[in-house]
Amino acid sequence: MSEQSLMETNGTLPPTPSHTVGPFYGYALPFPDGGEIAPAGHPDTITVHGYVYDGAGDPIPDALLEFWQAAPDGSLTGAPGSLRRDPVTGGYYGRNGVDFTGFGRVPTDADGHYAVRTLPPGGAPYLSVCVFARGLLHHLFTRAYLDEPAGDTLLSGLEPARRETLLARAEADKHRTYRFDIHLQGDKETVFLAFD
Amino acid sequence: MALTQHDIDREVTELQDAYDKARAGGAPAAHHPPRDYAPYRSSALRHPKQPLVAVHGDPETVELSGPAFGTTDVTALDNDLTKQHHGEPLGERITVSGRLLDGRGRPVRGQLVEVWQANASGRYAHQRDDHPAPLDPNFTGVGRVLTGDDGSYSFTTIKPGAYPWRNHANAWRPAHIHFSLFGDAFTQRLVTQMYFPNDPLFPYDPILRSVTDESARQRLIATYDHDLSQPEFSLGYRWDIVLDGPSATWIEEGR
Repeated sequence: MSEQSLMETNGTLPPTPSHTVGPFYGYALPFPDGGEIAPAGHPDTITVHGYVYDGAGDPIPDALLEFWQAAPDGSLTGAPGSLRRDPVTGGYYGRNGVDFTGFGRVPTDADGHYAVRTLPPGGAPYLSVCVFARGLLHHLFTRAYLDEPAGDTLLSGLEPARRETLLARAEADKHRTYRFDIHLQGDKETVFLAFD
Repeated sequence: MALTQHDIDREVTELQDAYDKARAGGAPAAHHPPRDYAPYRSSALRHPKQPLVAVHGDPETVELSGPAFGTTDVTALDNDLTKQHHGEPLGERITVSGRLLDGRGRPVRGQLVEVWQANASGRYAHQRDDHPAPLDPNFTGVGRVLTGDDGSYSFTTIKPGAYPWRNHANAWRPAHIHFSLFGDAFTQRLVTQMYFPNDPLFPYDPILRSVTDESARQRLIATYDHDLSQPEFSLGYRWDIVLDGPSATWIEEGR
């Protein structure tokens, strides 16, 4: 349809509906450096990793996660270059190793596991996470908090057990590594967000 | 026992009737599919049962900004899916063009549009699609482009075929192209599918029917546009896309 036929009387356009990402995005959306958000070799790099589970507690091997966050200085402008491509072959060049784009994209593997390497955000200490999956008709937003900031209105408004689902936990036996699992359904169901 | 199309049709009709009745009673329009939609069997264990928690954003809210993409993220050939191999792909060559807009009708500029699709025979270049239709050595089915200053995008590709899937016995998806879209804010993120007009499979497809609002379903269907057709070359389809969700710009403007 064309936009002229869509404009409603209050001057807004009704949105295009969401659909599931389906099972076959794997050759289109993931890219080799998708989880390498931190510039190569940066000493402040942290790893955030975990598993995505369904309502039966089984890992989901065909979910796609996207991450968006502030840069270490708190800026939210991002930078191009996450998907940098090779103009000779049309293939992926990989990130330039210098710029911090603030954006990451990783599919879960056959075990339902994902990992991203990034820099701690400045300002509010969370990574925004957008979840796509076969079977999920409309993506879901959540947040991976690396810290529990005082006065955070989202966290303070949640029951402790629900709040816990948004907290990425530092793993004592691993170097600068945080565990953040996502449960789409069930007793440990992750808190998912709506923005207005 | 495997579910039949008749079983799925019955469930789809019940949910459609419930929605239509609610609308007649004054309920607001549902622009998006419910995440819990039983006729699409894979949704059963993959939707949250708790309500979403509302976040009242301020300009510092991370999700009200979003990732940036630029000229290094695409190459000039990425929006022509017919030129990724040495030969021409089989199928009906098409041009798909439109504009990416926000909910106020303003163009979304310089943002990333990604597409993927089956080939003309309805087969994806993906190991998990193993149904007996031929792969096309000259077609992968992936493209990307940045929107122009007027929010416009355009792809050259071939019309994808319908294909079977295992939701129920004799389940077939109508021909579609998958689209992934970014707005100015991460809240505006959208992944969806574009359909072709007058596909006889529409009534049978629980994924399309998961959008219970009829006018919303129509917004997923491209329009044949003869002015977009190119002589001796391709048939033209127009599809405009409108993103949902607030952005920091809106809040700074006082909404």
